[in-house]
Amino acid sequence: MYKYDEYDQQMVDTRVAEFRDQVRRRLAGDLTEDQFKPLRLQNGLYLQLHAYMLRVAVPYGTLNSAQMTLLGDIADKYDRGYGHFTTRQNIQYNWIKLEDTPDILAELAKVEMHAIQTSGNCIRNISSDQFAGAAADEIVDPRPYAELLRQWSSFHPEFLVLPRKFKIAVIASEKDRAAMRLHDIGIRMVRNDAGEIGAQFYAGGGMGRTPMIAPLIRDFVPLDQLITFSEACLRVYNRYGRRDNKYKARIKILVHELGRDEYVRQVEEEFAHLLTQPIEPPLAELERIKAHFTGPAYDSAASDDLDLTDPDFRLWVERNTHAHKQAGYVIATVSLKPVGGIPGDATADQIRLMAKLAKDYSFDELRVTHAQNIVFPHVKKADLYTVWQALDEAGLSTANLDTVGDIIACPGLDYCSLANARSIPVAQKISERFGSAKRQAEIGELKLKISGCINACGHHHAGHIGILGVDKKGLENYQLLFGGSEGADTSLAKIIGPGFTEDGVVDAIEKATEVYLANKQGEERFLDTYRRIGMDPFKEAIYG
Amino acid sequence: MVDVQFRFRDDETVNDPAVTVDSFSEQSNATAVRLEPGDDARELLPHLDRLSLIEVSFPAWTDGRGYSSARILREAGYAGEMRAVGDLVIDMLHHLRRCGFDAFAPDKALNEEDARTAFDRWENVYQATVVDGRPAIWAKRHPA
Repeated sequence: MYKYDEYDQQMVDTRVAEFRDQVRRRLAGDLTEDQFKPLRLQNGLYLQLHAYMLRVAVPYGTLNSAQMTLLGDIADKYDRGYGHFTTRQNIQYNWIKLEDTPDILAELAKVEMHAIQTSGNCIRNISSDQFAGAAADEIVDPRPYAELLRQWSSFHPEFLVLPRKFKIAVIASEKDRAAMRLHDIGIRMVRNDAGEIGAQFYAGGGMGRTPMIAPLIRDFVPLDQLITFSEACLRVYNRYGRRDNKYKARIKILVHELGRDEYVRQVEEEFAHLLTQPIEPPLAELERIKAHFTGPAYDSAASDDLDLTDPDFRLWVERNTHAHKQAGYVIATVSLKPVGGIPGDATADQIRLMAKLAKDYSFDELRVTHAQNIVFPHVKKADLYTVWQALDEAGLSTANLDTVGDIIACPGLDYCSLANARSIPVAQKISERFGSAKRQAEIGELKLKISGCINACGHHHAGHIGILGVDKKGLENYQLLFGGSEGADTSLAKIIGPGFTEDGVVDAIEKATEVYLANKQGEERFLDTYRRIGMDPFKEAIYG
Repeated sequence: MVDVQFRFRDDETVNDPAVTVDSFSEQSNATAVRLEPGDDARELLPHLDRLSLIEVSFPAWTDGRGYSSARILREAGYAGEMRAVGDLVIDMLHHLRRCGFDAFAPDKALNEEDARTAFDRWENVYQATVVDGRPAIWAKRHPA
């Protein structure tokens, strides 16, 4: 994985000094809270209902064990012994003191981490495929391109006060595991007819109040124009994105209001101009970065045999592992969704244990997924049982990946000052209702996502089943949506009818799974059956 | 008129009154213009030769359109004074410099020492904006 050189280290160290200075001026009263707010946000520091929340960047979701260990230590030292992994492949701490943050950032900088641009109206941490570098279906590892973009977008002087936040995802396989087209810019690395690698650009996707699937804006950007083209996309947005209404300020609204063709015309014009400016790093820089992402030293003699006599282990292998491009290895996902637990939460001890297992059994590498789980990308099959046993002892062996128990949820009204309703208790109740492994296996893949307000941090639009918490005359109420997907077949979920109470929504989901099981044909997933038979049979069962 | 607090030019400060973009197009003798966030900087491109001062207004520092305006004008070869005016904050001074501003007239005077620290804070930069003349880190990594 990427290793900082003296320049990268200097950049994060300088940021720590800058932020320390900002906190000093705030505590001395030289900065008002209104003045300080946009500054602290650019450093991932939010003021929530009860305390400050600090969001630490995990660039494209990749971590080494030293970094992961420190994340556990920070949870102990500065929080209440927990960390919360997010849908942006980052980690958040919910109980932080303002005066501690410069020291936390300084500790992070020592292991090449930071909180730069993890919030605020700027280019955010760049996300990617959590299986990058290990997936059998990728054409290249997308992370070197994400790293090139990370450096370009860090402190980009022209784009630090955009109309609104700006999220970029980079993938490099046909199967989309990163919800790429639901980003402000989605990039898919592709190979053209001449066999050259380049980038396909999508722009104007997003969730929030007005969910949109990003249209394709350019089929192929050559690698030696990647930064220049990105800069053109951003400049048009910075100049013409709406600033009169924060709910209409994302690039999706600009692309929608101008129309895709007019946005493309403006970007191409700006791009032609910017090509005259020497702003593009040389390909040698991309090569330098790529050298950090050469695969690990696999054991080419590793056996493909796996002893599945332990039934619990077998269930976990079937549910939580994926094919690796190297024979004798698998990609293993640790579910942070135990029955009745808080989605994405891990204790300091669990975080450190995962770090140790990654060091011993996954070439020192871990990934955070946008579904709020942790991945060991390169585990030798011969080691898998040992890894599973250690996870099992730590309460980390839940075999529910992509099932109804593997819920994505935002922090909701338990923490967030924007929320209208609580998300976590609903997630806990659903995961308890469907707690039996047998039942989860029977229902199979069912992606369930919960947001506590229309800002959609819990991605409810992209859930096979989505839940949206709203405030109805002072009471928490939950709307139910069906039919969303974030994969290659991206679609937006639709509201099925009137909302429910907290218990009512759990009952409704149970009825929906019964309709699915009664109508399922062959290997159909919930989503496939829903798409085939439509909403009516579900509505009838739920409201009839 | 607000006072220029920081200036990074050797020539005389320009004191011509800056006119709006609309009146500028009607006054062929005007040498100073003031761009509001919603103005299209490219409208000025045919007239750069006769301009000695462009003021870019920041009614709120969180509106970042002026950064693009300044850079576009510098990219087109404008060499006169580019003055940031309005709600300027210490923490953005360095980034304004990088987009081509060389004079700063904040509504409220900024703490001199904090501002100097901010201007000089970043020894290296990740991007080439070209208009600030600074080599990007990638250029230092790969000397030609």
